[in-house]
Amino acid sequence: MSEFLQHLINMLVLGGTYALLGIGLTLIFGIMNVVNFTHGVLYTFGAYIMFIVVQQLGLNFFLALPVAVLAGWLLGAVIELTLLRPLRGSDIDTTMLVMIGAWIAMQSGTLWIWGGVAKSVATPFPEAPLVLGPVSVSWLRLFVLAAAALLILVTYLLINKTSLGRAMRATFQDHDTASLMGVNVDMIYTSTFAIGSSLAAAAGALLGPVYVIFPQMGDLAAVKAFAIVILGGLGNITGAVIGGFILALAEELGAGYVSSGYRDAMGFLIIIAVLIFRPTGLFARAERVG
Amino acid sequence: MKAIITILAVAALASVPLWLRDPYLLNALITTGIFVIGAMSLNLLLGFTGQLSLGHIAFFGIGAYVSALTSLGFDIGLPGGVRLVHEPWPPIAGFVLAIIVAGLCGYFVGLLSFRVRGAYFVIVTISFAEVVRLVALNWVELTQGPLALTNIPSIALPLPGFGELTLRTKMQNYYLVLVVALIAYLLIARLVHSHFGRAMRGLMENETLAVSVGIDVTRTLTIAAVISAAIAGAAGSLYAHYIRIIDPEVFAFINTVTMVIMVISGGKGSLAGPVVGGLIFGLLPVALRPVMAPEAQWIAYGGVLIAILFVLPRGIVPSLAQRFGRRRNGRTALAPVALAETAAKEPA
Repeated sequence: MSEFLQHLINMLVLGGTYALLGIGLTLIFGIMNVVNFTHGVLYTFGAYIMFIVVQQLGLNFFLALPVAVLAGWLLGAVIELTLLRPLRGSDIDTTMLVMIGAWIAMQSGTLWIWGGVAKSVATPFPEAPLVLGPVSVSWLRLFVLAAAALLILVTYLLINKTSLGRAMRATFQDHDTASLMGVNVDMIYTSTFAIGSSLAAAAGALLGPVYVIFPQMGDLAAVKAFAIVILGGLGNITGAVIGGFILALAEELGAGYVSSGYRDAMGFLIIIAVLIFRPTGLFARAERVG
Repeated sequence: MKAIITILAVAALASVPLWLRDPYLLNALITTGIFVIGAMSLNLLLGFTGQLSLGHIAFFGIGAYVSALTSLGFDIGLPGGVRLVHEPWPPIAGFVLAIIVAGLCGYFVGLLSFRVRGAYFVIVTISFAEVVRLVALNWVELTQGPLALTNIPSIALPLPGFGELTLRTKMQNYYLVLVVALIAYLLIARLVHSHFGRAMRGLMENETLAVSVGIDVTRTLTIAAVISAAIAGAAGSLYAHYIRIIDPEVFAFINTVTMVIMVISGGKGSLAGPVVGGLIFGLLPVALRPVMAPEAQWIAYGGVLIAILFVLPRGIVPSLAQRFGRRRNGRTALAPVALAETAAKEPA
């Protein structure tokens, strides 16, 4: 039982960052209809920003997180403006392949600049974990969970309570009508991509110090993000949050009770199972006509 | 005109080992040729049915593993204490089994993944390839996992009356790959110019219209997937017996991307496209090797993929064909014509 409780605690920590990844991808996928293969690279990028700020510049750990979010936002905006805006109106396969090209180039760039050796980030948290009865959790992981929860809340408020969020939701429903109503759709696309990218960078910045940082770390993160988006349904933010926690639970239980070698297979198996049995995601609402 | 170009191209390719003595370049040509076969099979799906399968390397890798395991033999425990022992068979049997097993996998994956389209289809196919990779990595008893299957025997051709010929030299392997590539090319050409080929293109252009004129979409897509997977499996088998060592990295996503780049750059939906694109992108790393670090090469690789999509979105071969003023003939006719032809021939 205590083993199961420990898995639940780990699930909460992982699930929070997975949810961040998933929200970013589902926004881009849902609003722009772009399958964003650079999402994993942005995750890696966020982790390396953390490494630069904390290890190379010697600045405060807590300052590094907002820097990573901002850097992810900027890089996302640059990718959108240079690669996606000129291809507006292209079919989804073309933008997907362009994103694959950008992913390969950027990941190789990371490898070129920082090398393949894994990096770790020193944290200000005590080594000894917090022990709560039968389970224990490190202070770093608690911080990761809290920061992820805060970012999810901020994103939720941004989408649901601001005029930018309203314009994004309108564009998601019908970009032609939104455009007719005076929404600057180009600006919405750039903002969406930038926000999605900053969330991926935040997830990388949070999980980077928990594990180690290396150039290919984003590949699995990207796949997990796809699994979460498919689980939660296209463009469904609440679905992405729940999907993040479900994936984390499946991984924890898979690694704990089946075999740790198959931990990373859980995401793929979920994708295949959901698409075969419930292709619109677990929490699909009635499709809007528009 | 087209036939002359084809014959000249084949003759030029066949003459290469006679004047090229550099083993490194010949090796690059052989591995490129194997990937070109894979790219041609991918083109059958991507270029003629419009389905972007990003898990194509799975069939290549399955072919490689099936062929290697058939010729090496294995001894594994199954649930219930049963042991499954397989004595080594000749590599040529492995080649045939690779085609059959990869084709069967293509059937099952097609059956499952053609229920969804677009981005979802792409993600299912990627997931399938990754699950296969993880199985190859973790089922150590069968695949040796990361330790790799080594000492895979070279292909031996049985010659009736003369015993058998083991293909050990680069030149022999070059001709083997060339012959398999030619067979694959002719098979795909025959297929796309048939009634079935028109059905495939019809549903690529407009699936709803294709259904309305009586094309069985799932059946058409599944047959295309089986043939495509079987050819990829053959390529994988050639790869295993030529390189003679196979590890789970053969399933790496980047290998699928390489095939996709070959198809897109050459021109999807063009028969010669994957060959032209494949030769360019297969040999590009060789050309870049003296001047660029490997990481920089990959950056260039990604950059070139983006550049092609921006500058030559239709690919090199179709763009050149248009440039030299070749009129559109019946074979490249637009969908409604293809559909009308199919509808006319479809038994009521």
